[in-house]
Amino acid sequence: MELLIFYPLASLCVLFALGVVINKSPVGSAMSLIAMMLGLAGIFVLLQAHFIAILQIIIYAGAIMVLFMFVIMLLNLKDKGEDKNWLSRDKNLLLTVLSGFLVAGVLYKIIEITSSIEFNSPALLPETFGTVRQVGTILFTEFVLPFEVASILLLVAMIGAVVLAKSKVD
Amino acid sequence: MDMGTVPLSHYLFLSATLFVIGVTGVLIRRNAIVVFMSIEIMLNAVNISLIAFDRYMNLHDGQIFSFMVMCVAAAEVSVGLAIIISVFRNKPTINLDEFNIMKS
Repeated sequence: MELLIFYPLASLCVLFALGVVINKSPVGSAMSLIAMMLGLAGIFVLLQAHFIAILQIIIYAGAIMVLFMFVIMLLNLKDKGEDKNWLSRDKNLLLTVLSGFLVAGVLYKIIEITSSIEFNSPALLPETFGTVRQVGTILFTEFVLPFEVASILLLVAMIGAVVLAKSKVD
Repeated sequence: MDMGTVPLSHYLFLSATLFVIGVTGVLIRRNAIVVFMSIEIMLNAVNISLIAFDRYMNLHDGQIFSFMVMCVAAAEVSVGLAIIISVFRNKPTINLDEFNIMKS
């Protein structure tokens, strides 16, 4: 049953991710990215992480993508700023081969680790796994320092964005 | 393993596939906004791995960590897009190959 939900969602996610890369217009890329975020929220629900799934929709598909669309509209990009000839850019064969080996090695290690017994079947989960109460309790007890640091990070990012994007005063 | 449940490796392969797509997007596209979107794809791919390991090992640490990843992504996007806007004000293009105003 889970497989029947997983495969369509996963293939949709991969297709829309390819759509982000392939699409010619930035607006089309942004729309594909929103669809990919929603598919990933579905996968998070499948993994019993309800809180993260809702956050994924609110923060990514909501806030961040609105920011992207806003900047795309603000800059009013037609098709300038994009080259059509990325295939003809100069290549480095050695780097290509080395990164191919890297990907193959990572995939081999993934298979080796996950084919061991303990990861073959999911753990038995308590009823409260992934709920807002459970995640929030851990966030505010065990991980309270990273939580506060994250708030400072967001404050710094906000100030930085205002300073960078404001019009010149001099 | 009964047939109903998804093995962990499937989630990890999905994560690896999305990450590779994100890397490809960063490498082949020259539109700065699309490059930022590809970085978002990579961050999301990492989140899948974290949450899948959480579910298979009955932990919550990965969910907390992916929460932090989302915070960093929000900060990164807001600062990055502000940088794009301020560069665009000096030179009206978002082609990364033409971003050489720092070069004297």
